[in-house]
Amino acid sequence: MTIFEKSTCGRKGYELPPYELPEMSCALPEHLIRKEKPKLPEVSELDVVRHYTELALKNYSVDRGFYPLGSCTMKYNPKINEDMASLFTNLHPMQPRETIQGAVHLMGHLKELLCEITGTDDMTLQPAAGAHGELTGLLIARAYFEDKGELEKRKKVLVPDSAHGTNPASAAMAGFEVVELKSGSDGCVNIEELKAHLDDTVAVIMLTNPNTLGLFEKDILTIAKLAHEFGALLYYDGANLNAIMGRTRPGDMGFDIVHLNLHKTFSTPHGMGGPGSGPIGVKAHLAPYLPVPVIRKLQDKYDLDYNLPKTIGMVRSFYGNFIVMVKAYTYILTMGNKGLKHVSDMAVLNANYLRAKLSKLYKIAYDRVCMHEFVIDNEEFAKKTGVKTLDIAKRLLDYGLHAPTVYFPLIVHEAIMIEPTETESKQTLDIFVEAMEKIYNEALEKPELVKGAPYTTPVRKLDDVNATKYPVFRYK
Amino acid sequence: MHRYIPHTEEEIKQMLQEIGINSIDELFVDVPKTIDGYNIPEGKDEFTVRKDIEKLVKQNVYFEPENVFLGAGIYVHHIPTVVKHMASNPNFVTAYTPYQAEVSQGTLQMLFEYQTMMCELTGMEVSNSSMYDGASAFAESLLMATRITGKTKMLVARTINPEYRTVARTYTKPQGIEITEVNYDKSGRIDLAQLKNMIDNQTAAVAVAYTNFFGIVEDLKSIREAIPSNVVFIVVAEPVSLALLEAPGKFGADIVVGEGQSLGVTPNLGGPGIGFFTTLEKHVRKMPGRIIGQTKDLEGKKGYVMILQTREQHIRREKATSNICSNQAYIALINAIYLSTMGPQGLKEVAWRSYNNAHYLAKKLEENGLPRLFDGEFFNEFVVKVPESYRTKWHEMVKEGILGPIPIDRVYKELGPSALVCSTEVNTKTSIEKLVEVMSK
Repeated sequence: MTIFEKSTCGRKGYELPPYELPEMSCALPEHLIRKEKPKLPEVSELDVVRHYTELALKNYSVDRGFYPLGSCTMKYNPKINEDMASLFTNLHPMQPRETIQGAVHLMGHLKELLCEITGTDDMTLQPAAGAHGELTGLLIARAYFEDKGELEKRKKVLVPDSAHGTNPASAAMAGFEVVELKSGSDGCVNIEELKAHLDDTVAVIMLTNPNTLGLFEKDILTIAKLAHEFGALLYYDGANLNAIMGRTRPGDMGFDIVHLNLHKTFSTPHGMGGPGSGPIGVKAHLAPYLPVPVIRKLQDKYDLDYNLPKTIGMVRSFYGNFIVMVKAYTYILTMGNKGLKHVSDMAVLNANYLRAKLSKLYKIAYDRVCMHEFVIDNEEFAKKTGVKTLDIAKRLLDYGLHAPTVYFPLIVHEAIMIEPTETESKQTLDIFVEAMEKIYNEALEKPELVKGAPYTTPVRKLDDVNATKYPVFRYK
Repeated sequence: MHRYIPHTEEEIKQMLQEIGINSIDELFVDVPKTIDGYNIPEGKDEFTVRKDIEKLVKQNVYFEPENVFLGAGIYVHHIPTVVKHMASNPNFVTAYTPYQAEVSQGTLQMLFEYQTMMCELTGMEVSNSSMYDGASAFAESLLMATRITGKTKMLVARTINPEYRTVARTYTKPQGIEITEVNYDKSGRIDLAQLKNMIDNQTAAVAVAYTNFFGIVEDLKSIREAIPSNVVFIVVAEPVSLALLEAPGKFGADIVVGEGQSLGVTPNLGGPGIGFFTTLEKHVRKMPGRIIGQTKDLEGKKGYVMILQTREQHIRREKATSNICSNQAYIALINAIYLSTMGPQGLKEVAWRSYNNAHYLAKKLEENGLPRLFDGEFFNEFVVKVPESYRTKWHEMVKEGILGPIPIDRVYKELGPSALVCSTEVNTKTSIEKLVEVMSK
């Protein structure tokens, strides 16, 4: 039942203190005064408590169980991060600078730590999400080429066909023409294909490394050299940074622009879709174009620098999703140097353990040592049994698990993309393997059972075709 | 071993064996080893991390809510205790985007209800389930106006929040969109005569804020009447004020966007807040962001799913209406809990008290030699003329525990020394009188 149906006219859930000021006359013209009250719920405090508790019970979450969504890095979100963030919530962004020194210091130090982790020279923390970071990075590239007088000719952004959908969407928003690169037979960038597209009309090459198949682009140093020979910039999509910490850095591989997802690698919660935080690190030659303000250390103190004549401007208000930054900062202090390497080591170990176990039944696309994730190619099995990837995903819900990412990357048909993360134990992985084995057998013996899934969830399979065809946008 | 990473040495051995290799390093053969660890400190225990961060907390100054007179887009309101408690449920906090609808009905229903509430407040037909913040929502509304009209000329009121306009320029420049700013008149409202002169057949949209950066309530009716019907009318609205002011939808707005922080969200040093984004059904396919719709499951039971996804980046890639993926869903939850708790009466009372406090404060300041700069009707913010020395005083007020009205003459140089005063329901008679005393000293 919706909260609107629980509403009773005249009931209330709030209380304000007695009002002590004299009533001033209202001088607003009649036509600007609201006539009809908005139909918001009228409920008691307990009604609010019951309603939102009931909704929460209908959700799956990391705190409830395994969440192997590929490319999403659904790791445990430490509780101390939340506590530390709650200490900073009552700061107004426009308070006098001298009254937010602790917050500015935190952002400055976080930036330095992230520059070290990414191997970049400067950084903005302003972007509110990964895709927002991509847009920011590409706008920086655009400003750089404009400054060099090359924007007229450099119109293209090269994006592999295995890339996240946000990559081409961000490139288009930044005014570039998107050219798709076909992956090679090994799932990686095909150097010949790259060479065929690479000339001085290319502004940026966007790569995720490891890529969305969970494979490390082993030719990355060659790719970087080629890109730079043609004057193009290399962009790093940081969605998969959780695989390589402590061993290499995007900046060392030759990337010029690097985005991070603090809500993936750095353990901040996803909150049903956001807020995230998508900092952008850049090499020195791109620093003049960063959005303002940039946080800098002057003598012993961090300060906000708005004086960047070549800045792209701002991509949102103020400093970014600051509260998310506090959580990521807490995490980095907690894990430290060796801890972050251990994170990647165990994330990659977990993925390979699952890959080894599941490869006994399912076909792995590009079956070799993977990084933090891997992809099952379910096409043949689907043909044989009629049980599609979507059915397997829904059946996993019946086993009390969340489904992996499905139908992505697009280059693998019927893809099932699995990222376990480092915070899951061997026992949890074994439970997942067991469920996948059961579903495999069910698909062979009782395919209709799998195709009808899920059975045990708060609702059964939902009709999303008609939901879009005859949309109901709001409660009426 | 680490408390977040469960593997024992024995388990690692078993797992390597299952994979068929001897060491962790063998998993990284493709990765060029360019570093031997990071030049960052080693990890610390929970006790020490807490101490480190508490040290930073103490380097900030926190103000009692009743002593805050700074708004300018981020507002301090009373937040009922129940809001934080209900929003802390880990099934909200640690859930992902609702890709698997059957185990995300809590998220989906909540967002559907949030959308309904935003439609009710704005008087619009459709709301998406959130944008990053008010500024980026505004920027995206201009991109959407170009998609609707095929035109690129935008007329934007100079009284829209300066940061919103900066963000809009950053977003729209690559699309060849041309933003022309429309000045304000002595009432603080948009200069209607100038606006009428500027409109031509290339105009895609006219954008105003309601209330505007100076706190002035724009007359949406006369603005709509001044612009042709095929020009997209964008309103940047302050949601709390909409409990008192007529909904922009009633005046023929095409897109209503804004910052939702004032609906139950702490100031958070400016982020996270939430951008809300509403429009009319006829424009919905041009809209950015996720939309939740109602549907049925195969047994006929009511349920909720993401709809119209062919607008979005994961399907449409470079042809998507926006690149947005992660949004601010958790903040939408806070908005929804706040609005459920306050209801129409509570929100109206908050709006009315904010209005009345601000008007009381304006009168007192004027009596003490600090007159308003504009004579237009205002909601809970207004601009006052201040002495040259005010900026210094603004910093000094901190010692008295007051977060005072912000000087705005660096952004609006033509105004001369001036400050934007804000009052909400949390200010008290005592705190207001104290501010008047300090400011007029």
